[in-house]
Amino acid sequence: MHKRTSLRRLAAVAIAAGLPLAAAGPVAAQSDPIRIGLILPMTGPFASTGRQVEAAVKLYMAQKGSAVAGRKLELIVRDDGGAADVTRRLAQELVVNDKVTVLAGFGLTPLALATAPIATQSKTPMVVMAAATSSIIDASPFIVRTSFTLPQATVGIAEWAPKNGIRKVVTLVSDYGPGIDAEKAFLARFTRDGGQVVESLRVPLRNPDFAPFLQKVRDTKPDALFVFLPSGVGAQMMKQFTERGLDKAGIRLIATGDVTDDDILDSMGDAALGVVTSHHYSAAHDSAPNKAFVEAFRKAHGGMRPNFMAMGGYDGMRVIYTALAATKGAGGEALVAAMRGQSFESPRGPVTIDSQTRDIVQDIYIRKVERVGGQLYNVEFDVLKAVKDPGRG
Amino acid sequence: MLTLLFDGIAYGMLLFVLAVGLSVTMGLMNFINLAHGAFAMAGGYLVVVLMQRWGWPFLACLPVAFVATAALGAALERTLYRPMYAKPHLDQVLFSIGLTFMAVAAVDWSMGSSMQMVQLPALLRGRSEFLGGALGVGHYRLFIVVVCVVLTIGLQAILMRTRFGSRLRAAVDDPRVAGGLGIPVNRVFLATFAAGSGLAGLGGALGAEVLGMDPTFPLKYMVYFLIVVAVGGTSSISGPLVAALLLGIADVFGKYYVPKLGAFIVYVLMIAILLYRPQGLFARERSR
Repeated sequence: MHKRTSLRRLAAVAIAAGLPLAAAGPVAAQSDPIRIGLILPMTGPFASTGRQVEAAVKLYMAQKGSAVAGRKLELIVRDDGGAADVTRRLAQELVVNDKVTVLAGFGLTPLALATAPIATQSKTPMVVMAAATSSIIDASPFIVRTSFTLPQATVGIAEWAPKNGIRKVVTLVSDYGPGIDAEKAFLARFTRDGGQVVESLRVPLRNPDFAPFLQKVRDTKPDALFVFLPSGVGAQMMKQFTERGLDKAGIRLIATGDVTDDDILDSMGDAALGVVTSHHYSAAHDSAPNKAFVEAFRKAHGGMRPNFMAMGGYDGMRVIYTALAATKGAGGEALVAAMRGQSFESPRGPVTIDSQTRDIVQDIYIRKVERVGGQLYNVEFDVLKAVKDPGRG
Repeated sequence: MLTLLFDGIAYGMLLFVLAVGLSVTMGLMNFINLAHGAFAMAGGYLVVVLMQRWGWPFLACLPVAFVATAALGAALERTLYRPMYAKPHLDQVLFSIGLTFMAVAAVDWSMGSSMQMVQLPALLRGRSEFLGGALGVGHYRLFIVVVCVVLTIGLQAILMRTRFGSRLRAAVDDPRVAGGLGIPVNRVFLATFAAGSGLAGLGGALGAEVLGMDPTFPLKYMVYFLIVVAVGGTSSISGPLVAALLLGIADVFGKYYVPKLGAFIVYVLMIAILLYRPQGLFARERSR
């Protein structure tokens, strides 16, 4: 046992050193199944991301069959628990031992960044289905993204606000990478359009109580409060927002769609009503493909509602399938080339994988939380067409 | 300003209820129980389950949370904790932190890792303004303050005025002599431990709304509990009370006036106080 792990480690070191050892991987025997390594946080605080992505990936495979270009597809799911070193190790194992053709998943930015060097050195395409920091795409020429970027989602609300009588804004974000991304993106676009950010609050990621921050917002009297927080914490903030009477004081709540995450939106209760957010996907998106998707997703997974994470997983599989069909199962650079420039009608709306940046270009919707048929939904009422990631110049 | 003060007091009171059980077991029974937060989590999740799955009203859940976690505490005291009393502190710490990790994993597995929501009754929602808007009082926070004040007075009275209180203090000072005098030391400890756990459970139930309930709760707040106990000393009820209030108010004010430093104010305050009074604010000189 001990010897095997050290051998494995040796192999990993060889990969890391850039030896062309793994180049042999994609040219495996034609009869072998094509393996897709899906690494997700299935346990720990970000398990809901993993659950949603996995459910969507499995749904896609169930719908489209598990064979492409005459070869069987095999999905290998691994749980990294949200820890970057684990993601990296699992990716190494998948590439070296299981000879996967594609790596996919990646629930959080650090997890994707930790794996990027492995994708580069083993020439394995890496489809990012969830993580949303702009810079990820630059970490390796083998990365393709099917989720969204936070600046992309933020731009929507930052453009909408000044047109709707919101001039003075206080921003409140969680003090970590994506939060600061959102704060910067909002500030840049909002002030360009004549708005004014009077205060930028950053709350600790493990924040017990929003009382002082919200009181500060109330006393500052802005037109609106812009918020980016991870979804669970966001729900708590929203409740305290109403409890503290900020809504009655005439302060509006605007946010990115993470805060009104479809996965838990319905359990947030009336506090969420009327919150205006911008995002790339809502389960209430009004189109035939989306209705079919939501319906099938619910049926396959015991009534679970798909959220934007599921969307990233579903479209990610679509991109992988289409690309594999084009390359007849070959991996490596050819597969990435086949992913570039793909353009299709997703349940979320029209999307394109930018042929230059490998990042996703998509519509960003402005939505408002409303009660539809007894349940809370993000109802879309405005749209910005074909938004590229503004986070990278 | 007054609003902030009030929020700080409410937050401090909540910390106090959560931590007082720890202070009791640590100070009176001389046992370091880092799994204290796990009992708080048990109380919080019990409320969540009772309300979401069985539709119980919130107020009815609170006493249940106290009783159920107290019973859980008693059961664990009999089976797991009692053999640990005589062990060195390091063993106790390792044992109880292991228990915490098990609790975290168990809740994660059975309840899922997302944050749980509690819907308050309409009576406790909303807020009133006094003094021309200078003092805004959230109803729920007011409720927390009232519950905590009642608890504090009750605890102090039990410890200082009742026969049980004096037996407990005697049992702590010297278990052997106390036993020789016919005090049922084991039973006294059992009751104390159960009450401490029950208080944590009640604190968790009360705090679910304000602090949020997720499986990492015991780890997230362990530091706060320990700060309250370290600063307040472990020999009385009033020590942790003043410490919790001080921390709550400092935390709220810090986050309001210097948001950039917000999260650190508590630690700065703790360091300052402990430099000045290493035994805690109200500790008696201990002979042990």
